[in-house]
Amino acid sequence: MSSIYDIIIIGGGPAGLSAGLYGSRSKLSVLVIEKGKFGGQATTTAELENYPGSIENCTGPALTERMKKQAEEFGTEFIKDEVISVDFSNDIKKVHCKNGEYSAKTIIIATGAEPRLGGFERELELRGRGVSYCATCDADFFEGLDVAVIGGGDSAITEALYLTKFAESVTVIHRRDSLRAAKSLQEKAFNNPKINFVWNSVVIAANGDEILESLTVKNVATGEISEISVNGVFVFVGLNPITSAFKGHINLSEGGYIPTDDNMKTNVEGVFAAGDVRVKSLRQVITAAADGAIAAVAAEEYINEKFNK
Amino acid sequence: MIEVNKDNFEAEVLNYTEKPVFVDYWGDKCETCKQLMPDVHKLEEKYGDKIKFCSLNTSQNRRLAIAQKVLGLPTMIVYVNGEKAEVLTPDKISSAADIEEMLKKF
Repeated sequence: MSSIYDIIIIGGGPAGLSAGLYGSRSKLSVLVIEKGKFGGQATTTAELENYPGSIENCTGPALTERMKKQAEEFGTEFIKDEVISVDFSNDIKKVHCKNGEYSAKTIIIATGAEPRLGGFERELELRGRGVSYCATCDADFFEGLDVAVIGGGDSAITEALYLTKFAESVTVIHRRDSLRAAKSLQEKAFNNPKINFVWNSVVIAANGDEILESLTVKNVATGEISEISVNGVFVFVGLNPITSAFKGHINLSEGGYIPTDDNMKTNVEGVFAAGDVRVKSLRQVITAAADGAIAAVAAEEYINEKFNK
Repeated sequence: MIEVNKDNFEAEVLNYTEKPVFVDYWGDKCETCKQLMPDVHKLEEKYGDKIKFCSLNTSQNRRLAIAQKVLGLPTMIVYVNGEKAEVLTPDKISSAADIEEMLKKF
């Protein structure tokens, strides 16, 4: 444990797992540190039908489990720990975690992002009590019950469609009068008899005794307030990057994302970023995996130049 | 770990008074729950003499879970004399350490 790794990857989602695979295949010593679940946000996705080749058994958990196994076979080490602080000021970078300290020649930050809150009253109090951010985790609870989905993007509509397999009805509440989701998803949603839409509306409060019983909804066009009875609400209104541990150590964008160049380099030598945590236009499993591969190769080049002269 | 369900929940959890009862609410589709399971078993080895460990598969006992006001997974609850003493909802659980923090209180 006191040894110095070639690469420490912070975060065990598709970006981190892909970086692990590429790093280990190049015979580098690689440690992946993950605080929660390996697979990251992808494990909360029911069907990854847009990842090339994932035709059979393409659930998020299955695909990322295979990614992890593949990296492991080439020698990537994995540890469950939470990063408290980092020291990137020397050639050997240090990562202080809850249960120990780790050192490496290079760091790849692949911490990803987490769901943004819906911003309505009693949201946090009823989180895990009807308010959810993960349809695959909680959907089967709502068999035969009524649920709502907040949002109009790809993930909101994908999850709304998934929820129809369980719930009696799925009400999509969206602040605009049209969806942002891919056309093919929109078509599926509009044709699904279990899905209905509440347009131009925002949720202002969750109500219920200990568990969710209804939502208070405001029409942003008319100002009209109404109440919708639901047992569950799934919030998909965007993401926030997980970068608080790196504040002050590397440059962050206004939104807290990490800017990099084409080779995933941050402003600090030897520190790279990959996946959803990065400033980028498309946050998908495929782009995260690509970032991870590029970051690992760039890290290897850096090590060769800096340490193996 | 004692597998509790709608038939034995009352006897094993609500009417049990010898020591606090920990219930791990999980489900067939909950990957986080399954990842935590080995660690929960380790916690049982450590705290089992002070706390009774149970698990409840919500996929098979949905009504019971909802009656216990559980609507998200994983949820971990400690009951004392049949009353909820501590509740960890999914957002409060990122690793087994969070569960251990709760168990240390008993």
